Amino acid sequence: MKVRVLVSLKPGVLDAQGRAIEHALHDLGYSQVTGVRTGKLVVLDVDATDPAKARALAAEAAEKLLANPVIEQYEILS
Amino acid sequence: MSDPEVTDELAREHGLSSHEIALIGEILGRRPTFPELGIFSVMWSEHCSYKSSKKYLQKLPTKGACVVQGPGENAGVVDVGDGWVAVFKIESHNHPSQVEPHGGASTGVGGILRDIFTMGARPLASLDSLRFGSLDDAHQRYLVRGVVRGIGDYGNCFGCATVGGEVTFHPRYRNNILVNAMNLGIARREQIFLAKAAGPGNPVIYVGSKTGRDGIHGASLLASAEFDEDTDAKRPTVQLGDPFTEKLLLEACLEAMATGAIVGIQDMGAAGLTCSSFEMASRSGTGIEMDLDQVPQRESGMTAYELLLSESQERMLLVAEKGREDEIFAVFEKWDLDAALVGRVTDDGRMRVRWQGRTVVDIPVDPIAANAPAYERPTARPADFESLQKLDLDSLPAETDPSGALLQLLASPNLCSREWVYRQYDQLVGSSTVLRPGGDAAVVRIPETERGLALKTDCNPRWCALDPYLGAQHAVAEAARNVAVTGARPLAVTNCLNFGSPERPEAMWEFAEATRGMGDACRAFGIPITGGNVSFYNETSGEGGIPPTPTIGMVGLLDDVTRAVPAAFRGAGDDVILLGETRAELGGSEYLAVRHGLERGAPPALDLAAEQRLQKLLAAAAEQRLMRSAHDCSDGGAAIALAECAIRSGVGLDVALPASGLRPEVALFAESAARAIVSCAPADRERFLALAREHGVPAARIGATGGVRIRIAPGVDVSLVEAHDLWARTLPEALG
Amino acid sequence: MSAPRVGVLVFPGSLDDRDMRRSFGLCGADVRMIWHKDQRLPESLDGIGVPGGFSYGDYLRCGAMARFSPVMRSLVEFAESGKPVLGVCNGFQILCESGLLPGVLVRNRELKYVCQDVRVAVEDPGMFRAELTPGRALVMPVKHGEGAYVPDPDRKPRVAFRYVGGSPNGSTDDIAGVTNERGNVLGLMPHPEHATDPLLGSADGAHVLRSFLAACVAARAGR
Repeated sequence: MKVRVLVSLKPGVLDAQGRAIEHALHDLGYSQVTGVRTGKLVVLDVDATDPAKARALAAEAAEKLLANPVIEQYEILS
Repeated sequence: MSDPEVTDELAREHGLSSHEIALIGEILGRRPTFPELGIFSVMWSEHCSYKSSKKYLQKLPTKGACVVQGPGENAGVVDVGDGWVAVFKIESHNHPSQVEPHGGASTGVGGILRDIFTMGARPLASLDSLRFGSLDDAHQRYLVRGVVRGIGDYGNCFGCATVGGEVTFHPRYRNNILVNAMNLGIARREQIFLAKAAGPGNPVIYVGSKTGRDGIHGASLLASAEFDEDTDAKRPTVQLGDPFTEKLLLEACLEAMATGAIVGIQDMGAAGLTCSSFEMASRSGTGIEMDLDQVPQRESGMTAYELLLSESQERMLLVAEKGREDEIFAVFEKWDLDAALVGRVTDDGRMRVRWQGRTVVDIPVDPIAANAPAYERPTARPADFESLQKLDLDSLPAETDPSGALLQLLASPNLCSREWVYRQYDQLVGSSTVLRPGGDAAVVRIPETERGLALKTDCNPRWCALDPYLGAQHAVAEAARNVAVTGARPLAVTNCLNFGSPERPEAMWEFAEATRGMGDACRAFGIPITGGNVSFYNETSGEGGIPPTPTIGMVGLLDDVTRAVPAAFRGAGDDVILLGETRAELGGSEYLAVRHGLERGAPPALDLAAEQRLQKLLAAAAEQRLMRSAHDCSDGGAAIALAECAIRSGVGLDVALPASGLRPEVALFAESAARAIVSCAPADRERFLALAREHGVPAARIGATGGVRIRIAPGVDVSLVEAHDLWARTLPEALG
Repeated sequence: MSAPRVGVLVFPGSLDDRDMRRSFGLCGADVRMIWHKDQRLPESLDGIGVPGGFSYGDYLRCGAMARFSPVMRSLVEFAESGKPVLGVCNGFQILCESGLLPGVLVRNRELKYVCQDVRVAVEDPGMFRAELTPGRALVMPVKHGEGAYVPDPDRKPRVAFRYVGGSPNGSTDDIAGVTNERGNVLGLMPHPEHATDPLLGSADGAHVLRSFLAACVAARAGR
């Protein structure tokens, strides 16, 4: 089954890429966009039938490898 | 899902002409299968078969004492002394970069790297010659950012230093940008590998990345046709690259080669598995039988057609000695790369391919590779050729503000600082870069020796548009001069010939003239051409083609790399010397274009013998350590060259150009050939001038370095800081 | 006293490993290359260098996957025993990811890879004092896309080097290199191994390498 993990920068950490995207959107006329934060979506194909076990595995993977806790946080999306 | 029926219409959709379709029927004695049709269409595409250019390329000078391997292999090979050889080539990736600049440029770099290391050489230095439309155009800026980032992302992650190149902006490249990627690697002469499929019974092994659906028909469709309204729809045909895998592939290939178990090896580039297997068999006079079910696949349900034509990157095909397969597999396993036995070499000169239990391809090798059709395309000189050459200098208004003209030229897109570009490249990995980007030729040390190589790409497209024969000669002369000012001896050439459609007689005429000019200049200099690339169809229907752009990649040799001479001044109090003669000529010059908006007139006169005398003088002066700096005079003339020497060193100058009855703007900005700016210590000045006289090169001391201003009589007196700022700001302000 | 023995780790995608070997060699060291899959280190190593490059393609995060290579367990033991470790660029990133150094390196603020000479000033170089006196200025090249240092709020770094005149990448407080608490593990973004041979540019990097080698010799002698 698939587990989706969203890894993003902790609030307060400078997101230079997000800022560049915000400027580009403003250049295109989307002045209503007042902020952009970027992250990564990691989709894990897990060999498991129990969703809770799969999500727990994903959380471990996120803690150990997918996210760097100094500057990143993660969210299991499904 | 079964293959479509092969009809004449399907064949024409594959880019084959009626003549070629009939030829296929004659060769096979039957209709081709769908996979066979795919094979013919890519192998006989312009990009792979050189059908329109072969007859001209055959006339080029390719022999020389230093040549170990000339055109016909993956790259050229020249002897550089002490048992070392340089393996080098330049290639284009124009159409894919127009469609997807980051992906196109990336994979262009990846492709040329593989061409070098497939021959057993570790890549040492890359250069990239880039041409775009006008810098004022937002879409062009998007392309520039994407291409530069693509070159950087690939080259930096792979780990080969990018040490030079060029960037040119001209509106005629707007819909057909050019990305020419050059690479040079070093190997021991006895360790060079050729792409042979020798030894019937020997195993054929596929190594590297798995095969997916990328880039199918990249060569035949994209590179062999003009752009039109459907250009955006061609996006899926751009291949995606992975420089990390290519780095692993490099290390694995070099290790596998060291085992001695490899007979022949070729990278899979344009036309993928098809092209590499055919070329290897063709060179050896053998055949290959292949089983596509053994090919490592990234996607499910790939058909035989797709497997044969995929242009997935980072893959090689090799032939090993029978019985030693396991040694090869062990190396690739260490580097976590796929390696699979996909076939055997045969002795019947045929390519036989099986898939899912059936034979889907059974064709003779020679007619495909070596005997592909060759065409004699009609040529016609453009009607406006003579009128464009006319330029009445006297009717040009006199320059009232030479200082302003200098500053405007320094800030103009084609003369301003390129630091924005090369800052994004790793210039240093490999610990060999002696002269970094920003000067004339780059200089790299040949590792573990005291020798060096000077590398440069050059071409002035405006001159080639005005006169393709003379323009191409200038490209060779300028590249040689840029190498010579570092103290190196020009040694050999690779070339990337970028032109419009060979089916348009004017474009074909440009090609014929340019190759003739290039060949004549190389012959006059005694510099062999070891190989290169032809890129046709750089035009957009209804919009005309690019200016003829025969990019020359020049390699020079320095016996003692510690004597390499930088381009910029070294300090105050040095004498400044102008070498060569300045004539009353402004045809096709930057001054004319930037200050007057004109592109006309004949390119400057070219005296190949005078160029050679200058090359020899520079080599001798470098050997005797007489020069503190040496810089080529080219675009923008002597004034720009002098300003560049000052700006890049932070040391001003005060000079007076020789009077000789020239109008001030001509003395300052004429782009006469066979000239250079040299600075030397006062104690060495007389010996240097005497050396110049011995070599028959006109030389005049015109002033000295020092101070905080750029003073060039007649008429130029500007602040060094102001000139530097204007020169440095243009690209960062435009590109971010 | 024989030459200091230095090991240089090689990961898939390491690029400046050969440069590190060459320049350590120029400074008088006896260098061994150590493949990332090796479970044990060579005998009697005095110090270890972790080189620059794009290990594992810089995929996911720079150094994130290299830190789990088999050889890293031995490296961590080596560092925790107090022996000298030098991480340059990607090596610095790997040391941060493995926790041997505090903080993390993130994408350059201008979002572009940058290759240029920079000037750094020595501040607190831990045990690598031989030629790195505080206040000394050194010119060395940087070449990276992810070199902006972000400190860990819970682990204040000992700042070994600071960029002079502003950073090329947006590093917090212009931090160019740090050591661990104990001072035996040093990481920096500028490349001393590309500033050792005067033919190729600045030779200031030799001061960093020789200070490292001096610490190696001292460590061997048990001081």
